[in-house]
Amino acid sequence: MALVTDTLDPKQQGGRGRSTASRTRARSGGPRIGSHIFLLILVIYFITPIWWLTVASTKDTAGLFSGSGGPLWFDDEFHFVDNVQGLFDRQNGIYWRWLGNSFLYAISGGVGATVLAVLAGYGFAKYRFRGRGAFFGVLLGAVMVPLTALVIPTFVLLSEVGLVNTIWAVILPSLLSPFGVYLMRVFAQEAVPDELLDAARIDGAGELRTFFTIALPLLRPAIVTVLLLSVVGTWNNFFLPLAVLSDPLLLPVTVGLNGWTALSNAGSGGEALWNLITTGAFISIIPLIIAFLSLQKYWQGGLSLGSLK
Amino acid sequence: MATTTAPTSSHRAEAHQQVKHRPDRNYRRRQRWGWLFVAPFALIFLTFLVLPLVFAFRMSLFTSTLATGDRFVGFANYAKAFTDPLFLDGLLTVAKFGLIMIPAQMIVALIAALVLDNLATWASKFSRLMIFIPYAVPVVIGALMWGFLYSPRFGPASTVFALFGAEAPNFLAQDSIFGSLVNIVTWQWAGYYMIIIYAALRGIDPGIYEAAVLDGASDRQIATRIKVPMISSSLVMVVIFALIGTLQFFTEPQVLRGVAQGAIPTDYTPNMYAFSLAFSYSQFNYASAISFALGIVVFVFSFFFLFLTRKQSGLK
Repeated sequence: MALVTDTLDPKQQGGRGRSTASRTRARSGGPRIGSHIFLLILVIYFITPIWWLTVASTKDTAGLFSGSGGPLWFDDEFHFVDNVQGLFDRQNGIYWRWLGNSFLYAISGGVGATVLAVLAGYGFAKYRFRGRGAFFGVLLGAVMVPLTALVIPTFVLLSEVGLVNTIWAVILPSLLSPFGVYLMRVFAQEAVPDELLDAARIDGAGELRTFFTIALPLLRPAIVTVLLLSVVGTWNNFFLPLAVLSDPLLLPVTVGLNGWTALSNAGSGGEALWNLITTGAFISIIPLIIAFLSLQKYWQGGLSLGSLK
Repeated sequence: MATTTAPTSSHRAEAHQQVKHRPDRNYRRRQRWGWLFVAPFALIFLTFLVLPLVFAFRMSLFTSTLATGDRFVGFANYAKAFTDPLFLDGLLTVAKFGLIMIPAQMIVALIAALVLDNLATWASKFSRLMIFIPYAVPVVIGALMWGFLYSPRFGPASTVFALFGAEAPNFLAQDSIFGSLVNIVTWQWAGYYMIIIYAALRGIDPGIYEAAVLDGASDRQIATRIKVPMISSSLVMVVIFALIGTLQFFTEPQVLRGVAQGAIPTDYTPNMYAFSLAFSYSQFNYASAISFALGIVVFVFSFFFLFLTRKQSGLK
């Protein structure tokens, strides 16, 4: 931007033009520093809690309350390994079970929801079957139905068929992703040209083969985005597992850690598990952060898909 | 590919005109494949969206007592809900949250995105990722972390405020809990919205700015007069996300309840109220009515908002 204004500057002769141009140029050094300071403040704000958690995971309970390094710096003693050991000892390592459950729910729910969304999005985008418009209209409305409003009815429904307190009570409802279908349809409409599909058909490929060999590779950026969104959605889910699961061995890590916190807050004889909570929370956020950092080239563009016309 | 497709498609158009019946029949038969592609999703949609909604609606029309069993009461539960001060207070609470929280998130996200769009340094790339990172943290963990940070026992607040010679406020007291919750939500979601807005900004053809620069527009004018109007459909989408999220506010206050002794009642938001009705008091019928009523309110609000912004969003 600064380059453009600089090259244009000499040409601007009129009084008004020059004053604007010189103002732009005068600011071009300023805003950059200003912008970076602004970004620095934002980064500090957004990263401090995570930094705090990182530091806290290396402390024992006493260190958390009154450590030598204060809340935002490491203590002289380093307890991370002890804390991890504590996570293995506590209730036979139930924490790792919770973490495994979270993985199971997030991956099966996320992959399942993505597969359904890809198929349905492609179907909506590339075929004009009867009832298409009506169904898609209902689906658009469903994007606006708050999913938490469905939790209690889903609980009652699942208990009628005896699925409450099983892994299916979390996985099956997680397969529902109207927004994923919407994203896929929008993307498939733009990214998969009809001519290409027709060419494949003329070459004698069936509908399924056309889908797998022609459409699927073109849909890859949207698939990664929808997969990430639905994995994160299931991984983060709290209300649904809180409502439908009561067996401690089936809980995902979010509900499990919340239970430990409630236990520790209860005080009066309740055990203080603060060091295990902070270390458990720290370990549980690592996988998703790594996933986002390593897949950034896919999701950064993909997240704006929904607003394409 | 392009060289082979062009002749085939023109050839096909000819064939299409010559033998009109067969391709048409084929074409129509092929469209049925659409249903096969949509069917698996439709099954889940019916089972876990339509069925629970219908079921909840049916349940909400009954009351269940130990003495009489299920009894049909029509819309009595709704009449009760919309005159129930606890539910109405909850709605008012989330409405207040919406008024503060949505603009807060939007302003942070939009300004950050506009600033990032003007820079192409490694520092700006790094900042973009760091601002987004909280989205990868589960909401429960985010709320737990902030609970620790707010806590006078663990948190750094007293140390930080002492630097300025001030006494740290109690973030978990009854009259400051609102702001504390707004802060958690903004921290958690502003980065996600920022990425959506940023991606939309990147999609604008930079040639447009050159023309504006020629006309002597400043960076700020370009941002407010060109960039913001051009990404209005993304902004509408982000507001809808934030609106739906705010009205079903549940996780953060539910988690913070344990830390902030007594500052957050069990009926703080409509969802928390429905949850406690169902699982603490086993009033599933009334809880369904509350859930359904909340669903309707969210739906009406989002639709109303989409209607108001139909020009900006490009939806008709």
